[in-house]
Order: sequence, then C-alpha cells, then structure tokens
Amino acid sequence: MRQDLGLKLLDSSPKKPFDVERIRADFPVLSQNMNGKPLAYLDNAASAQVPKVVIERIHEYLTKEHANIHRGVYYLSQKATTAYESAREKIKRFINAREAEECIFVRGCTEAINLVAYSFGRRFIENGDEIVLSQMEHHANIIPWQTIAEEKGARLRIIPINERGELVLEEFENLLNERTKIVAITHVSNSLGTVNPIKQIISIAHKFGIPVCVDGAQAIPHFRVDVQEIDADFYAFSGHKMFGPTGIGVLYGKRKWLEEMPPYQTGGGMIRRVTFEKTTFAPIPEKFEAGTPAIMGAIGLGAAVDYLNSIDFEAASEYEKELLEYATEQISNIEGVRIIGTAKEKASVLSFVIENIHPHDIGTILDQQGIAIRAGHHCAQPVMDFFKIPATARASFAFYNTKQEVDRLIEAIKKTVEIFS
Amino acid sequence: MSELNELYQEVILEHNKNPRNFGEIKDANRTAEGNNPLCGDQLKLYLRIEDNIIKDISFVGQGCAISKASASMMTQAVKNKTCEEAEKLFSEFHKMVTGKLDPETEENSLGKLKVFAGVLEFPARVKCASLSWHTLHAALNNEKMASTE
Repeated sequence: MRQDLGLKLLDSSPKKPFDVERIRADFPVLSQNMNGKPLAYLDNAASAQVPKVVIERIHEYLTKEHANIHRGVYYLSQKATTAYESAREKIKRFINAREAEECIFVRGCTEAINLVAYSFGRRFIENGDEIVLSQMEHHANIIPWQTIAEEKGARLRIIPINERGELVLEEFENLLNERTKIVAITHVSNSLGTVNPIKQIISIAHKFGIPVCVDGAQAIPHFRVDVQEIDADFYAFSGHKMFGPTGIGVLYGKRKWLEEMPPYQTGGGMIRRVTFEKTTFAPIPEKFEAGTPAIMGAIGLGAAVDYLNSIDFEAASEYEKELLEYATEQISNIEGVRIIGTAKEKASVLSFVIENIHPHDIGTILDQQGIAIRAGHHCAQPVMDFFKIPATARASFAFYNTKQEVDRLIEAIKKTVEIFS
Repeated sequence: MSELNELYQEVILEHNKNPRNFGEIKDANRTAEGNNPLCGDQLKLYLRIEDNIIKDISFVGQGCAISKASASMMTQAVKNKTCEEAEKLFSEFHKMVTGKLDPETEENSLGKLKVFAGVLEFPARVKCASLSWHTLHAALNNEKMASTE
C-alpha cells in the first residue's frame, strides 16, 4: 500500500510531456503545403509564425476597436488607447520591467537599437570615446553604432569569439576603460545560436559604470528574460520573432537613461508644449513614440504575450532544447557537413555548411522538399569572415517544430549531398 | 523533384564541379567584377580582346552551383565571338531567364545555354544565373563593376 502511494506521488510530480500536436493546432499556417509537400517551417530565427489567438485579436481590434489613440475624447479612441496601453503593461510583466513606461513601442529590434545608438549617442558619446560590440553581432547591432561613432569621432572595440562561436570573455574586460561609453551585445547569436552569459557581461560592464544595450531579438522567443534580474540598461526585441505581428517591437530602457536621452524622432504625440521658439517634450514613453504608433501591432504583440503565458513556456524551452540536440546529433552523422556554432549554451539555431555545396543550393533543394530554411550570411558578415565562409545554411526551430520535421530535414540534406556527389 | 531536375541538370552539376576557363589570364586587357549583394556571390572576369574579338576569357570567384556553372558556360559561349555577338547573347540570355524569351519557340543563338531556362521557376535564383552575364556586359562596356541589384 505504502509503495502504491509512493508511486502515485511520483506520478503526479513529473511535468506533463510537452504536447507539440496541440501547440501546432494553434498555428494555422503550419498545416499547409509548400511545393506539394507538408510545410516544415524551420526559419523561425528570421520570423516566427503567428497563433490563431493573435490573428483573432487583431481581427477583433480592426473590427470593433480601431481609432487613433490618446487625446480622443470619444469612446472608441479611449477603447483603443486602453488596449494599446494594456499591451504595454503585458510586455512589462512579461520581461519584468519595473514600470510599463520603461517599455517603448518601436517598429522592431532594429529600430530599438537605432533609437539607443542615436539618442544615447547624441547625448553621451564624444570624440575619442569607445563603444564595445562583439564579433557575433547582427548588422543591426553594428551599423547604428558604426554610424554614430563616425559622426562623433568615437571608435568601435570588438570582443572576439572562439572557434566554437563563444565570446572570449577574458578579452572583454580588457576592452573596458574610462572612454567606454556603452557595451552593445547580443543575448543570443542569430547566426550561431550561442547564448551569451548576459548577466555576467552586464555585471562586468557595471563594475566600470558602463551601461549595456542588449539585442534580445533571438532570446525572447526561446526562454524567459527578466530585465531586472540581468540588470540590462537597454533590452531590444521584435514582435514578429515572438509569434506576434511584424512592424512592432520593444525597447526596454531604465528610466534613468530614458529620461536623460533626447527624443529619437519628433512630431505629434510626444510633446508637452510647442511654440516656434521652444518645444518641451512629454515624459516617457511618449517622448520616444512620435507619430501614430503601430496600435494594431502592439495589441497583436500583447496577444502573443498572452499566448506565451498560456502555454508552459518553460516546458516549451526544454522541448526546443531536445529538438536542437536531436538535430545536432543527426546532422553530425552526415559526412561532409560541418556545424557552424558549437557553443556549450545554444538556443535552437543550427547553422551548417556542406563541403563543396553552396548554402543557396541547399536552400533551393530543401525548398522543393517543403522545408523552409535560410541560406546566406544572416546579416552577420563578420561572423562569416571569422569562419572564412561566404554563407551558411541555417535551420532554426520553434516549440511547434517536431522530430519528424528534423528527420525530413536530415533526409533532404542527404539528398542534396547525393545530387552534388 | 521534377522541377529540381530542371534546375540542377547534369550539365550544370558537371560545370559546377569542373568549371571551364577558371583562373586568371595573365595578359588580360579587360577585367570586371560582379557581385550579388543579396547572397554575397563574387566574380571577377578576365578578357583579352583583340580586333573586337574576345580571344580569351576566364573567371574566378565564389558562388553557388548555378552561378558557377553559368559563368563557366558563359566563357565557353563567348570565346572567339565578336563583342557585338557576345552582347547579343547577353541580351538573349537575360531575356530567357526573366521570361521574356522562350528559347523553344523564338529565334535565338543560345544553344547549350538553354539549360538555364529552368531557373525561371526559381525567382530567388535568377540573379545567380545572370551574374556572370551582367559582369560580361559591364566588361564589354568598359565598366569595372557590375551588380545584380
């Protein structure tokens, strides 16, 4: 009897297995064919698919709630304003920001980083200063800094990576000095999948009193991010990579920085008082949201956050890890295939090259098998230069992908090798 | 795989593996570079033109099978042709891969190059096939750079 009881207790304690078929049913796009084969969508690092609840929420907003937000004295405008601001509140809770006002709605992660580079840069970066980036950055976290550096006479310092595609942290601290004004670094590499020890990086920078701007585009869809726990000064991410619509993204920034920074764009909706002599600006977040924002996008993103809260996100993260491990193991068995990015800590990105076969040819052949992957430099040419390759083929997984899809990927890669043999 | 077979035909795979006229020509009197910013493909053409005739032509560079095979077959097709004949081939090839010329029903001198007609079904790959031709066009017009963008 006692034993029975023990077993029962054991039965109830392990987590339920992650039900991928139930999750897949939430994403209408996944059930279609591509080139006559069931679609295997393995390009999630570029853009994730959208669940039904988000589509329905956007539909409902456009059908029943649309009006311009703020300043509208009528019911519909107030309803839209409430929906927009409640999306901000959802984001705040999702990333555990101190205040909703610290979450600025932008067009996407690229715009978020541009905002920080130009606004923070204009206020705090001077001739002779230094900006620290890493070798593994996406172009969106390089060019804005390069541009402001050129304008101000500042220079970029680069944290190196090793052959596995991990940051060489020992070098990082050596790059920091009294001229360093900001560290801009990715949480997860889009081309390699490397998960950087972001909390440690931020804490090292903070020892020197240097703020850190984190490109979180590839982290947010894969695991919980707590901006207070990692103590990020800025955290940028896109809606469409976290199962929301395109055209919306978020810049989280600590109030103390955002308040000191000048507006990035100016216009309607972000002022307190305007005369031809002088304009005073609205407080955050409005100060950084000139013009009519992407109201529909923000509401859609709020619904995506609701969706992620409604599933067991931790179990989903675990499931993705298993999927990546399985794919890594399977692909390693194919002769001639080399994985680019073999860090100990990885999110579900699998970049690879095949001897004597160009990634674009791999991409085209996989497409004919119904498998969507990305081939190219992934907007990370310094990474390609480091590995001395022109491009990679990249499969990137979300929690709605399956082992069967991985098997199809492996089969299609084998077929590619065969065609070119 | 039927469409795929149309794209990756045996002759294309073979030229990809063993590209003809690959390497630098020492006594070239005309060069041009081509690049496809979309995928990072790069190509450099070397030509020796005498009395308006392409006496020798070669290429170096990196790219996918389609772009490599196309460059290889292009050099074969225009060697010993006059500049005008080469330009005419460029024009016909360009029309074929963008769907403005049906090589089976309309008059043309494409010959073996017709093997690239299948690329029409793969819009993302049209530029791969035409990069070397754009670069040739630039070289014949005394331009140093060609881009597919």
